[in-house]
Amino acid sequence: MPRTQIEDLDIERLEILDEDGNVDEDLEPDLDDDTLLNMYRDFIFARRFDEKAFKLQRRGESGTYAPFKGQEACQIGPAYAMDDQDWMVPSFREGAIALSRGVDPAQLIRYFMGDEYGNKVGDSHNMPVSIPVGSQIPHAAGLGMAADRMDEDHGVLVYFGDGATSEGDFHGGMNFAGVYNAPVVFFNQNNKYAISVPREQQTASDTLAQKALAYGFKGLQVDGNDVLATYVATKEAMERAKNGDGPTMIEGDTYRLHVHTTSDDPSRYRSDEEVEEWKEKDPIKRFEAYLKDRGVLDDDRIEEIKDEMTEKVDAAAKEALEMDEPAVDHMFEHCYDEMPDRLQRQLESLKETRGDL
Amino acid sequence: MSEELNIVEAVNHALDDAMAADDTVAVMGEDVGVDGGVFRATQGLLEEYGEERVMDTPLDEAGIIGAAVGMAAGGMKPVAEIQFSGFIVQAFHQLKQHAARMRTRTRDDINLPMVVRAPYGGGIRALEHHSESQEAIYARMGGIKVVIPSTPADTYGLLQEAIDDPDPVLFLEPKKSYRAFREEVPGDSDATIGEAAVRQEGSDVTVVSWGAMAREAQAAVQTAEQDHGIDAELIDLRTINPMDEQTVIDSVQKTGRLVVVAEEPKMAGIASELSALMAEENLLSLQAPVKRVTGFDVPFPLYQLEDYYLPNEERIVAKMKEAVEF
Repeated sequence: MPRTQIEDLDIERLEILDEDGNVDEDLEPDLDDDTLLNMYRDFIFARRFDEKAFKLQRRGESGTYAPFKGQEACQIGPAYAMDDQDWMVPSFREGAIALSRGVDPAQLIRYFMGDEYGNKVGDSHNMPVSIPVGSQIPHAAGLGMAADRMDEDHGVLVYFGDGATSEGDFHGGMNFAGVYNAPVVFFNQNNKYAISVPREQQTASDTLAQKALAYGFKGLQVDGNDVLATYVATKEAMERAKNGDGPTMIEGDTYRLHVHTTSDDPSRYRSDEEVEEWKEKDPIKRFEAYLKDRGVLDDDRIEEIKDEMTEKVDAAAKEALEMDEPAVDHMFEHCYDEMPDRLQRQLESLKETRGDL
Repeated sequence: MSEELNIVEAVNHALDDAMAADDTVAVMGEDVGVDGGVFRATQGLLEEYGEERVMDTPLDEAGIIGAAVGMAAGGMKPVAEIQFSGFIVQAFHQLKQHAARMRTRTRDDINLPMVVRAPYGGGIRALEHHSESQEAIYARMGGIKVVIPSTPADTYGLLQEAIDDPDPVLFLEPKKSYRAFREEVPGDSDATIGEAAVRQEGSDVTVVSWGAMAREAQAAVQTAEQDHGIDAELIDLRTINPMDEQTVIDSVQKTGRLVVVAEEPKMAGIASELSALMAEENLLSLQAPVKRVTGFDVPFPLYQLEDYYLPNEERIVAKMKEAVEF
């Protein structure tokens, strides 16, 4: 038999909550009411934060901002499926999971206000924002390899978008993780556009998830606007990773409802009709319907939570705006463990010649 | 330990000793395991430390440096080998955008104690891209250190320092000198990152070089003395960044003349930096214009022409004479 099929590969898609909030009871995760309510609060907090950060830029109080509106389920589901000790490796549109993992909102605003203080990660296992597209993916492989080698039992979750799958670093990170069986979950937020270029022009693959198969591990697609699906998929993938059963790539099928960044005009590359269709699939709308149906939420409670989160975000913005601007010394002090003489002299020279220092 | 080693053996011993002393040190790169590295720099390490710590990686320079960034962030001390420095270009973004920036980006919360080792330079009749010398490109990436030893003893000491350094270090090894000579390598080297070495004291002219050019400069200094009676002071820079500017300034204040010998291109190079340093900080000490003996501002040629590209004794002596006779 000279011609035989030697690989039988399949890709599954997971959906648990439909657009109207109807749940597939066979697949529904066992989450208690308090946890579900906390997830909802995180959703509202993230959405309010996103709106505020956008407004701060428009008012000239902050710099370029990359909104995540519409993609929150790809971040809040995984936040609840991970341990604090698991590494989260973001690109630059992961504010929702950052907040959900306890990052101080005022600090996050400071990053977009042009202050490196905003990227201080402390001893959390959150990596800082990474702007060069896809370049953080090999870091996740390395973090997973280090965890294995140091006998630590935490896993790693790394975010990247549809455009990033065209980058060499996507290949490199997936390949290293596959070869070393590193405990990594690759979470692709397929939000359909890399600025203006549609997903179809990044790759001729039918799905992004299928790319995982070439690296020797599982790939699946989830409804990326369904927080129960992103939660379940991440939970299962993280368990496999930590058990030594290999990495997983999850393609979250979602949509960026807002601009790429505050410098972008989406009307140049996509229609209002398309955006309206995706607004119907908003992750918050369906989760709210599910929680109301389950008796966890009612309209009064929703209003209460929204007011509370608005206040919290306003307070964070106020705090960020009132912070002192960073000392110019920081630019020099944090370049190396010890400041070399050359930088010391450059700092002194700057201070001597600039009258405002 | 004190034994006679050549440079590549000194690399091997430094790695071995660092791995024996610290379980978090791991070696990674193309062919570093079973093969022991194409120059045998990692020979024997796989057998001693196993495949978890001596990793034959996929053939992907960006993946190697990118994964090393992650491993360092995760608490290890990876020593990544790029087989030839010309291929660091394939991983340039990982070095510049992440290795160099992570400490600044996180205001000290994440530091990356990683080393990228790479054989660099010409003179071994290698293929295209295998003879690059581009240290100035890396010297201006704030956030990484750039070290280039020229002797076995310095190689042993500086590589151990690089592995212990809390910041990323690019460690460029002069492959033309890998097996050129042996010397006694003491177990407790006094070589320090950021400190140049005055190899020979003199009063007529200061000659500064590093890496593979240190031997050319040494030969030129001897010839200049024998044939022309020039009493030169010879400095081995050893670290490109942070650069030991003071040792060069002190020397030129004594000699009044400076010749810089560099294998890399002339444009915007370390020799240019030292010339500018003299113009800015030491002008009144100069009794002659600074002379640069460097590679040329062209792509490194295939090997039939490499001897013309590389600075040699004749070119160095000529510039020393020009400086002294000015």
